[in-house]
Amino acid sequence: MIHFIARRFFHLIFILIGVSLLVFFMLRLIPGDPAQLLLGEFASPQDVAAIRERLGLDRSYPYQYLIYIQNLFRGDMGISIRSGIPVSEEMFVRFLATVELSVAAMLISSLIGIWAGVISSIRKYSAFDYGAMVMALVGISMPIFWLGLMLIYLFSVKLGLLPMMGRFSIGMDYETITGLVLLDSLLKGNFPLFLNSLKHLILPAFTLATIPMAIIARMTRSSMLDVMSKDYIRTARAKGLSYSRVILQHALKNAFLPILTVIGLNFGLLLGGAVMTETIFSWPGLGRYVVDSLLARDYPAVQGCILFFAVIMVLVNLVVDILYFYLDPRLRIDGKG
Amino acid sequence: MERVEVFSGLKKNRRALFGLILIGLLVFVALIGPWISPYNPLTPDPIHRLKGPSWSHPFGTDSLGRDILSRVIYGSRISILIGLIAVSISLIPGTILGLLAGFYGRRVDEPIMRGMDIMLAFPAILLAIFITAILGPSLLNTMIAVGIVYIPHYARIVRSTVLSLKEQLFVQAVKALGGKNLRIIALHIFPNTIPPIIVYATLGMGTAVLQAAALGFLGLGAQPPTPEWGAMLSEGRQYIQNAPHVAAFPGLAIFTLVLGFNLFGDGFRDVLDPSLK
Repeated sequence: MIHFIARRFFHLIFILIGVSLLVFFMLRLIPGDPAQLLLGEFASPQDVAAIRERLGLDRSYPYQYLIYIQNLFRGDMGISIRSGIPVSEEMFVRFLATVELSVAAMLISSLIGIWAGVISSIRKYSAFDYGAMVMALVGISMPIFWLGLMLIYLFSVKLGLLPMMGRFSIGMDYETITGLVLLDSLLKGNFPLFLNSLKHLILPAFTLATIPMAIIARMTRSSMLDVMSKDYIRTARAKGLSYSRVILQHALKNAFLPILTVIGLNFGLLLGGAVMTETIFSWPGLGRYVVDSLLARDYPAVQGCILFFAVIMVLVNLVVDILYFYLDPRLRIDGKG
Repeated sequence: MERVEVFSGLKKNRRALFGLILIGLLVFVALIGPWISPYNPLTPDPIHRLKGPSWSHPFGTDSLGRDILSRVIYGSRISILIGLIAVSISLIPGTILGLLAGFYGRRVDEPIMRGMDIMLAFPAILLAIFITAILGPSLLNTMIAVGIVYIPHYARIVRSTVLSLKEQLFVQAVKALGGKNLRIIALHIFPNTIPPIIVYATLGMGTAVLQAAALGFLGLGAQPPTPEWGAMLSEGRQYIQNAPHVAAFPGLAIFTLVLGFNLFGDGFRDVLDPSLK
């Protein structure tokens, strides 16, 4: 176990160094002088030179890279060109909005996806099975930004049931505790705000959940079908255990490994989906922030976000690996991962 | 698997057939586009702005009064081209890297695959956005960006196929007879990696079309007045309250094309590897 985690940890360090190098050099490839960008078009050459010196842009690339890494360790990702506020501060607030959205989406997609997959596998080739698998195929083939727009048209414009954009209505009384609106409003006992923000969350969370939901449903079905044909399931049934108990305790538990891997592997899709979903629903999260920053050529912000997303991806994969190890006892005996 | 078997398998697989019909239909529309589109996709008609679907404009008109059906028809040429070029850009280097990594093992394998791991650490759309930022927003750069992002996927698939092929008797035999490495790769290993590559490339066409549309939607792809489906959707977003058809039809077109590729790719995989069904 320790050997395994140590190896995964070295791999993680290696990937992070690689990612930081890649981001560093890609940013240097972007046309335009960052100092000029920071000061605007009409800055005097002296000012630009001064800023270049202050940012260390006049030094060699290896030196710049070391400084950049050193600053990263201090949590300093530079200052946003647009707002003049440190990028890390801006990112933190938006990160919480993204967390709220993606946790909701992950819950929806896992619950519905696993449920549909299990029912499909129990009633193989039934109408439900065909229906669910067609829906899953539709789900992965749909541009989610289109789905989001169509949901807005149906539920907000036509039916007037749900709000179109934002996290809660303007004018609602909101006090920050954790930065997660749903949680904070509950903690404060502010139920109008809780309901309001919950209503705001439904459409974006559902939009973001479609693709993972489809993938999880398909994977659950095939993984369950695989497990159900195993001898130990027949044994459990022969022992006289109830059908539902066999499905839930014996089959689903064993089918869970591939499902978990798929959830982990598709975390990137969720983050990528957040970029599109947040843009559609004007959700003030990191995904929209990175796109806005890019369109405004706010490179410190872009750099911070991309690096942050990559770190999350790598960490999620590490967690999945460790969970995998924990859930599959065979791996523990071998001592290999 | 014999070629004949694959074809008869595909004919029997309803999913693959349906997918092929959808793809065929859109490719046909793209080919004869200029002859069947009722209007010029770029000509504005200020009197008939944002008109809903009607007999004269089956998909309605956009904010400049351009015919949306004509724009969707021309858009099919762009999207199919994006898919083909983007997939080729990821396929060719991906296959070469995968072949080298799988065949030569450790010393070649490690640097290549760790490099691929680094690329995979980025969410795909973000890496694509980042690359377009360097190259500048344009249709060609969209294809390049989407292509580069998916190189690691092909490299991984080809590599794992090569790893299992390498141990097989026919490869060992050629090696024992003194066959040169490059010759073994080109004549004995590469042909056997083609089936999984085709399956993945078909599914990859769908993904590429989706990603390119997403870039277009964000304003990083084709620039106006190009009738690219993603860019059209982005324009339609502003009019979602009063003229939802402006966004609905380009999105439906993207969906149809991607569904076609996914159905065909899934069916193809079932035919080649029935155990996955």
